[in-house]
Amino acid sequence: MRPAFQLASVLFAASAFFVAPSAHAEDCGEIHLGSAISLTGKYATNGIHAKNGYEFAIEKIKEAGGIKMGDACYNFKVTYYDDESKGDRGATLAERLINQDKVQYMLGPYSSGLTKAIAPVTEKYQIPMVEAEGASRSLFNKGYKYLFAVLSTSEQYLASAITLAAEKAQENGKDPSSVKVAVAVENDPFSLDIRAGILDDAARYDMKVVIDEKLPRDLSDMSAILTKVKLIKPDVLVVSGHSKGAATAVRQIDEMQVKVPMIALTHCEAADVTGKFGDAANDLLCATQWAETLTYEDEIFGSAANYEQEFKAAYTEYETKSVPYQTAQASAAVYVFADAFERAGTMDKEAIRDAIAATDLSTFYGQIKFSEFGNNIAKPMVLRQIQDGKYNVVAPSAFASHPLNWPRN
Amino acid sequence: MDQILVNLQLLAQFPVVNIKIILDGIMIGALFALAAYGLALVWGVMNVKNLAQGDFVIAGGYVAWYLAGLGLHPLLGVPVAFVLLWVIGWVCYKLVISRVIERDLFTSLLATFGLAIMLAQIMNLLFGSDTQSVDLDMDTLYFFDGFVDIPIAKLIGVLMAAALATGVILFMKNSRMGQAIRATAQDARAARVLGIDTEKVYAFTFSLNAAICGAAGAIIVMVWVIQPFYGITHSVRAFVIVTAAGLGNLPGVIAAGLGIGALEQYGAMIFGIGYQQAIAVMLLLLVLVFRLVQQRRKRQVLQ
Repeated sequence: MRPAFQLASVLFAASAFFVAPSAHAEDCGEIHLGSAISLTGKYATNGIHAKNGYEFAIEKIKEAGGIKMGDACYNFKVTYYDDESKGDRGATLAERLINQDKVQYMLGPYSSGLTKAIAPVTEKYQIPMVEAEGASRSLFNKGYKYLFAVLSTSEQYLASAITLAAEKAQENGKDPSSVKVAVAVENDPFSLDIRAGILDDAARYDMKVVIDEKLPRDLSDMSAILTKVKLIKPDVLVVSGHSKGAATAVRQIDEMQVKVPMIALTHCEAADVTGKFGDAANDLLCATQWAETLTYEDEIFGSAANYEQEFKAAYTEYETKSVPYQTAQASAAVYVFADAFERAGTMDKEAIRDAIAATDLSTFYGQIKFSEFGNNIAKPMVLRQIQDGKYNVVAPSAFASHPLNWPRN
Repeated sequence: MDQILVNLQLLAQFPVVNIKIILDGIMIGALFALAAYGLALVWGVMNVKNLAQGDFVIAGGYVAWYLAGLGLHPLLGVPVAFVLLWVIGWVCYKLVISRVIERDLFTSLLATFGLAIMLAQIMNLLFGSDTQSVDLDMDTLYFFDGFVDIPIAKLIGVLMAAALATGVILFMKNSRMGQAIRATAQDARAARVLGIDTEKVYAFTFSLNAAICGAAGAIIVMVWVIQPFYGITHSVRAFVIVTAAGLGNLPGVIAAGLGIGALEQYGAMIFGIGYQQAIAVMLLLLVLVFRLVQQRRKRQVLQ
């Protein structure tokens, strides 16, 4: 080979190296998302869990080479504002993100209440929003076209408890209709949905609802309800009142020695019932959207267990505790956007909306497929039981890692 | 309506429940009264309606929770919260309250509302927004086949309320500062003419109020859960109790606290727990209406 040709080959190869699009995620373009989320105020803890979930997913997608659209690749960048756990501020910040920061795609806030405040704004400006923390079913009966939720709606949260109670009745040679149900839920949209789900399921089995009480928002004492529980002796007690309700219930159930074969709660982890009340929390059933022991997996995060492991390595403050499902579902919301962008192959927000609507995705968080109303209809809720201080999956039986301890002592 | 009838039947069918409700009411009412005790002083002596009352209670709870987290006995939180909240109360007095004494009602309400928001936000920044509680890890006492239960933390609350009431009443009667407080409460200008340092009296009273709230909070965190933004609940109940008891009536505060506690428990048992706090507010309205009617009658008699 002549030297001139050799030099030309080397120069061509070198130029090709510099000119060809890089596979490094650092060289990718940016897709700008916005989120008004609770970084202070009463929802700050869960708001921060959600933000960490968003950021972890963004980093994982970046590590995997970014979002591929044709020859180009992109990474997500999120502008966050603190809604201070207030709906009106959330709505104002959503307007600001859309009008001033020119954000074309949104990630959801924390809680059903905040999502309810923000969704009309994103709908008005036709901005696709994938949310991960608003479970109230009332979000999905308003005909919104741009709102999508990766999580199961709230009426499904504790419905498995009723099915479990029916199964246990049958195992013991009793008719499910003989089961007596007690319900105590906070008077807010989320917990009222849970109540509706329980009542629907109880009616399906013809069970009798013997206590049906609404807890005040500033609940400090449940002894009146628990006294009735001691008198009426129901077979199932369901309590939903955010972390305050869970903590109050666990403490007073223990203090008053309330014996019910099955007690199901929401927000066990948020209230840290195992850390605060030790053995008193044993055998309680806790609703969860996700658990690290589930057999879900995907290409970005790997298995549910792998997600937990890697998330804990990235956010060391979670090392000594379970990764909250609020974090996992926030990561799943980012994944839905990434998948939609890749399938749409364009930045056009209408095309992105349509791609999100057509999502059918297996993830470490579970299957995601949206109904025409925007809620995820492909993923079941999971029920875990606190067994010797550990949260073990006991229902639905297809995903159960441990048998149910019944009746509760 | 059906549910109310069922609940009334339960009360009639199980008479022991009435004993339980009364005991629960007394124990809960004692904790309410503790939080209201200082408000009665501040309102009576300084004519300041302190909307940050509940936030001092929550702050006391966080002191006890923090100490318990360090491995110290939860009850140690009571004296520590008393001392620490005394200092915080003094700082709040110097920075905010001293500027609104003898000003109009709106100014003092606005200033203390601001103070409440500030305290809640500081606690949120320092301790986060999770609900917290402290486990006293002492056995509950059970009677009547376990149907009536007395948690030790609540019992300590009752004893503390009684001790505090006695202590403050004796202090007011027998100490020089107590007499100065009473004189200032009756007529601040006359007290000043007589050489009483009313500024010192005000600072002492407000600090004492904060300290009592702090000690109450240290007990409350062993009974209920706390969160930075729950102060308003305790503030509302404190206002109801002081209004029902009447200004300057310290034994009345205890009585009103116990009464409201028992009424709330009965109300929750009969009408449902959702009506628990509405009952306290209804009671406040009834007391106010009763007082207005009484005043009108007095005026008519004088005329």
